Amino acid sequence: MSASVLYDALGPRAKRRVAVGSIIAVIGAIAVLALVTVQLEEQGQFEQEKWAPLIDPSDERFPLVWDLMFEALGNTLIAAAWAMLFSLIIGTLLAVTRVTAARWYRWAVVGVIEFLRGIPVVIAIFFAARVLPEAGVDLEPLWFLVIGLTAYNSVIIAEIVRAGINSLPAGQREAGESLGMTRWQVLYLILLPQAFRIMLPALISQLVVVLKDTSLGFIISYPELVRTAGFIVQNLQNPIQTYLIVAVIFILINYALSRLAIFVERRLSRGRKAAVPEAQPMAATTVTGAGAGVGA
Amino acid sequence: MRLRGLMVGAVTALVLPLAACGGSDGGDSTNPPANEAASFEAGTTMEKLNKAGAVKIGTKFDQPLFGLKGLDGKPVGFDVEIAKIIAAKLGISADKIEWVETPSKVREEVIEQGKVDFVVATYTINDARKQRISFAGPYYEAGQDLMVKKDNSAITGPDSLKSANAKVCSVTGSTPSENIKKYIDPANLVLFDVYSKCADALRTGQVDVVTTDNVILLGLVDASKGEFKLVGKPFTKEPYGIGVTKGDTKFCEFIHETLEEASGNGGYEKAWKDTAGKVAPDTPKLPTLATCS
Amino acid sequence: MGVIIDNIGLYWNGFLTTLRICVFAMVGSLILGTLIAACRVSPIPPLRWFGTSWVNVFRNCPLTVVLFFCAFGLPEIGINGAYFVFGVLGLVLYTSAFVCEAVRSGINAVPAGQAEAARAVGLTFGQSLSLIILPQALRTVVPPLGSVIIAMIKNSAIAGAFGVGGDLFDVGEVLTSARGEAALPVLTGVALGYLAITIPAGLLLGVLERKVAIAR
Repeated sequence: MSASVLYDALGPRAKRRVAVGSIIAVIGAIAVLALVTVQLEEQGQFEQEKWAPLIDPSDERFPLVWDLMFEALGNTLIAAAWAMLFSLIIGTLLAVTRVTAARWYRWAVVGVIEFLRGIPVVIAIFFAARVLPEAGVDLEPLWFLVIGLTAYNSVIIAEIVRAGINSLPAGQREAGESLGMTRWQVLYLILLPQAFRIMLPALISQLVVVLKDTSLGFIISYPELVRTAGFIVQNLQNPIQTYLIVAVIFILINYALSRLAIFVERRLSRGRKAAVPEAQPMAATTVTGAGAGVGA
Repeated sequence: MRLRGLMVGAVTALVLPLAACGGSDGGDSTNPPANEAASFEAGTTMEKLNKAGAVKIGTKFDQPLFGLKGLDGKPVGFDVEIAKIIAAKLGISADKIEWVETPSKVREEVIEQGKVDFVVATYTINDARKQRISFAGPYYEAGQDLMVKKDNSAITGPDSLKSANAKVCSVTGSTPSENIKKYIDPANLVLFDVYSKCADALRTGQVDVVTTDNVILLGLVDASKGEFKLVGKPFTKEPYGIGVTKGDTKFCEFIHETLEEASGNGGYEKAWKDTAGKVAPDTPKLPTLATCS
Repeated sequence: MGVIIDNIGLYWNGFLTTLRICVFAMVGSLILGTLIAACRVSPIPPLRWFGTSWVNVFRNCPLTVVLFFCAFGLPEIGINGAYFVFGVLGLVLYTSAFVCEAVRSGINAVPAGQAEAARAVGLTFGQSLSLIILPQALRTVVPPLGSVIIAMIKNSAIAGAFGVGGDLFDVGEVLTSARGEAALPVLTGVALGYLAITIPAGLLLGVLERKVAIAR
């Protein structure tokens, strides 16, 4: 945000006004923070007893708490990794078969996609965890979570892949076909590799969504971060403190992933055409926005 | 807000490793010793488990005093102790037990599918459940009660809830949450996934009453450092049983023998005093056991 | 499917509750998100920092955690209210971050000449934003905003787990867990309830997109 087109370089009077505005904004923020702090203090939320097991390494519960936290973080990451992998595979299959296969199949795929896009992820997870056992499918909670997440995210990824393929210049496909390649060869050797490069930022953003959605595993007793925080809270009676730590963990990881997505995007756009102006920094995000939107 | 539950967790955390080091009798000194000489009739569940030397037991991981997963990852509570007594009688020491989390909604399912060998999880015996599984026990009888703030004198029992227009908190999909619907306007019922959230809501004044089985409420009263009290008029009977595969009469009878023996030799009383007894004033007697079928 | 017919009243109430949550949360998040977007592009640095941190916090935090802090954190600092309000508030806070990003991308997509022209005729920052930029930006952001809102409708299911009660998701919980009904028909009914909101919303969005589309 160097020079915004929305306002001029500031003159002396405007500078003064901005300074006053800044001060008011900062004072307002401090006032709200102070008010919250006082209230929390009154409720005893800063008591050593509530914080020590989380932040004081000399507390005897500290290693136990963090062992649990890291185990839970591992569970969160494992679920997200599997869900992302399966979503990528199934999503890509959905996307490529949707453009190539027979008409009845296309209709079926569109139906499934619309169905899964229209229901909440949490219902998809619930569905997997409650209906599959009734049908005699016996799995660990991890896999029900992965199935639920995959069902939802694979259709999102299918849309991202389709957008990626469609964004390639028609000449790529034509050149492949003129060399005598089959439709599948064109797809696998020419279109998909390029499409994935374009899609990479959008895929990383989707990973953020998947990571956040693993927290819904608490509904089916999968011991990820949010549910494990629940166990810790029942032992230590410090819900505010523990969930604050969980929030910070999620925000740090997801923020890092978002930065990675932006970095990859810049690398890619620099690599392909050196002269892309910064005028359209949202190009790749639009792909994400259209397909992914907000996950939970 | 320092509390007993936390100390229990800390104490077990300290005691367990020590006990493991000093253990020479095949089990922890805090756990009932495994019955190594046990032998059972061929073809029974007992023989199968005894031969395997390991058992999978379903319990709750989020029920203070009965089955609560501690910071060391191991569940503690009265249900857990009862389960250990049964396992010991089968010749299986406490460290060979695999604990499986069984929240209320999956209990019948996991027994039917054989994911666990038996379930001890504040499991009320009722006819609907008997359609799918069999119960041994009861080993404890609870009753649904109400918990309110110390200074609340308006609420004296379930019948006073409506006139007080009280907001009532319980756990999603639980039997108490269905029972209480008879007494209040459904719009005044607030549901969470665990009772500790209800206790938080009661403390901050978001709800007026928390309802569930009295022993569970006792744990919350204890944790509140005198902020909450029980109304003290249980209005249902909740006999807790041990869930086993439907029709496994021999295993049920074996569990009955074990419970009676534990009641006679003080094991039952010790299990209670080590867990729920820390907050509940009276040690219960083992209720009259039902006939196995 | 008998269970759906037998409990049609329960389903209908759940549907209405979900719809109510969604309408309030939609209005709230559109307003708040636009305000945060205005902060993010404002000339006052602390407001920009505020907007940026707002987006980074709420976009990267799971909705479950946001809802937790609304339902249990606010009473802790002396703010009491109905869980319905807390649930809607959680959805508004979370969704506002995504609305903000959609609006900001729309602001960036408005040709620079528009802003320059506005400044040339002497409009202030507030005037050029509210009279020139935002009206144009909002048209180009209809598609992404629509996806954000549809995602929010689906996310409303999670609020059901935080004491709101009686919404479609909760109906599913009550019927399967407490009354022991078979999960397949019950959850199919719940899914149909959500589809009855999301599919018309998607169609409406398509119509809206064609209506406001501007050729560039």
